[in-house]
Amino acid sequence: MFTQTPQRFARRLLGSALADALTTPHGIDRYVELVRPAFSLHEVRAEVVAVRRATARSVTLALRPNDNWEGFRAGQFVRLSTAVGGVRHTRCYSPASSAHVGELIELTAHAQPDGVVSPFLRASARPGTVVSLSQAEGDFALPDERPDELLLISGGSGITPVMSMLRTLCHEGYRGRVAFLHYARDEHDVAYRRQLAELAAGHANVRLLYGYSRQSGAGELHGRFERAHLRAAEVDPAEALTFACGPTALLDTVRETWADDGLEERLHVEQFTAPARAQVDGAGHVAGSLRFVRSGVEAAGTAAPLLEQAEAAGLTPQSGCRMGICHTCTCRKLEGAVRDVRTGEISTAPDELIQICVNAPVGDVTLDI
Amino acid sequence: MSTTSPPQLTPEQLDAFGRELDAIRERVIADLGERDAAYIRRIIKAQRGLEVGGRTLLEVGFLPPAWLAGTAALSLSKILDNMEIGHNVMHGQYDWMNDQAVNGQAFEWDSACPSEQWRHSHNYMHHTHTNILGKDRDIGYGVLRMSEDQRWHPYYLGNPLYAVLLALFFQWGVALHDLEVDRVAAGKSSWKDKAGMLQAIWKKGRRQALKDYALFPLLAGPGAPFTFAGNLTANAVRNVWAFMIIFCGHFPEGTHEFTEEETEGETRGQWYVRQLLGSANLTGSPLFHVMSGNLSHQIEHHLFPDLPAHRYAELAVEVRAICERYGLPYNSGPLHKQFGSVVKKIVKLALPGSGGGDEPQEPPVKFQPKAARDERVPVAA
Repeated sequence: MFTQTPQRFARRLLGSALADALTTPHGIDRYVELVRPAFSLHEVRAEVVAVRRATARSVTLALRPNDNWEGFRAGQFVRLSTAVGGVRHTRCYSPASSAHVGELIELTAHAQPDGVVSPFLRASARPGTVVSLSQAEGDFALPDERPDELLLISGGSGITPVMSMLRTLCHEGYRGRVAFLHYARDEHDVAYRRQLAELAAGHANVRLLYGYSRQSGAGELHGRFERAHLRAAEVDPAEALTFACGPTALLDTVRETWADDGLEERLHVEQFTAPARAQVDGAGHVAGSLRFVRSGVEAAGTAAPLLEQAEAAGLTPQSGCRMGICHTCTCRKLEGAVRDVRTGEISTAPDELIQICVNAPVGDVTLDI
Repeated sequence: MSTTSPPQLTPEQLDAFGRELDAIRERVIADLGERDAAYIRRIIKAQRGLEVGGRTLLEVGFLPPAWLAGTAALSLSKILDNMEIGHNVMHGQYDWMNDQAVNGQAFEWDSACPSEQWRHSHNYMHHTHTNILGKDRDIGYGVLRMSEDQRWHPYYLGNPLYAVLLALFFQWGVALHDLEVDRVAAGKSSWKDKAGMLQAIWKKGRRQALKDYALFPLLAGPGAPFTFAGNLTANAVRNVWAFMIIFCGHFPEGTHEFTEEETEGETRGQWYVRQLLGSANLTGSPLFHVMSGNLSHQIEHHLFPDLPAHRYAELAVEVRAICERYGLPYNSGPLHKQFGSVVKKIVKLALPGSGGGDEPQEPPVKFQPKAARDERVPVAA
């Protein structure tokens, strides 16, 4: 008992069956969070402890996660949730910090002009802000048994997971060769320019090469990625294990190059995809398919409300008024666009709650039913 | 019971009336945002603060000032939890926030009634079939005679007594509501079908009772009886208050009831008119509206059950103006007047007949003959 810190003791007390019975039906989180917003018995929440705006578009957050955080492997991502304009949005971000630093996570968001969460974080995140996180996810990660040689390639905001890999390797005194190729518009648009320079200066096994698309004459590499850049970096893709992250165009070229050499096995890629926007012109039905993930049922979509279509597919989702009043049928739409049959309004947001009795699919829709 | 017939609207007028209300709804939906989120978070914070404060004071409830202040704070907390937060959140009014803490399907309230059953009996049965005799089970809660059209039986001589008991134990009345005990008694359904519901009520009710009547009193040690009494009083205050507000929603003088026949195949406009005629508002201060969960704006709540209730006060101005233009009645009055007429109704209907004049009643509202259209109510698009 005496080995426990007071915090641990308090946490055990708050997590006890008695505390739960005293705070039924809301549970202890809903009380403690009013004075300690980052506290939760089970959820991962994190408090922003430092904010840096390194470039005109990016914001780098140092986050202190609560006790529920289980750490991450370099290269993995987390789902970060925060309320923007009252609505909770969730986006994926890869920590850019060393996986060996457990108490702080560093995330860098690049504000997209038509985005929601990143511009919000760029403009509004400040020390004390609390966000929700998932545990780390994803297979794009350094293998536990470190390879002898590594090639890291990133474009734009795709720098974060490979930055984490490089920092993790430097942190643990990795001796193998590491080449880091980064592509950006110009040198002012590189969020980790200073930190990369420091790492390269302090580690003889790290080589750093930049390619700029809008700044001729600067950078070690000329323009966008091409095979010649591998020679410039003195890397043999057959020898090095490669991790690449960035926009689709960059990754397509990388994939083709590796495929030409029959080296797909030696390449790991992670693509950053923005949530789907409406690809519809308005009222018309767009053909698509419906996926009901929990029941594992798929069906061709029609213009009818989703409730009717789910029932036609043999499912029995909860329902009530069938006119959009009682919210009995509300369920989570994981992906896709739907049209409110009452107003014609189309909603494309991923992971949102919809009333399936008054929403019809527009194209492919995935529901948590 | 003088229910004068409202003016008859033509199908075109009904459609136009419906479109005007639809337009209000769409405008508010498009405007939902930080203001609404901040409001509900602030109310939740106030409720939790009152609860922690009240329960803490009641732990030293042997001191009379602490008992009084603690009981008052806990009563207010339970009222906020059930009405402005629970009732409204469970309507899905804040689902758009995409936040589990205020999600209509995930929320549980500080009441013996499992939220799942409440959502069925209230959001669906009551709000869809508002004031339709035989379908809306909120008319009398299966216990009281609240309409002349409910056939009299000597059982109803106890109407006022049942009402007092229902008011005092309202959370348990609400908990048992969705069981439809009267239908079981009439042989229309069986206890076997209700096993799952009974189990849920038992589980929820037991945890509620354990917290209020065992754990918190025991924590107070020798002061346990004071804590017990404070919690009992707070539950009773919440019960009576909720009963009063809810019974003022649909039973004051001038509210209408409907038959299944006359509401068959109704259009969106007719649905709106039924909600309007079946509901009554309470006038009062902003604080009164908050403490009633904004059910004081029962009319606006029934027109727009899933819009955040704190907006009803603003909408009421517009709704009232629209009703005036169409010559539709808008039933509104202070609590003492509206509740007074409810009490009068409860007492009168204990006796056979209408209790009022001997004149045969006009059906409360007659819609125009069904227009040659068969569309389902919501799907106007």
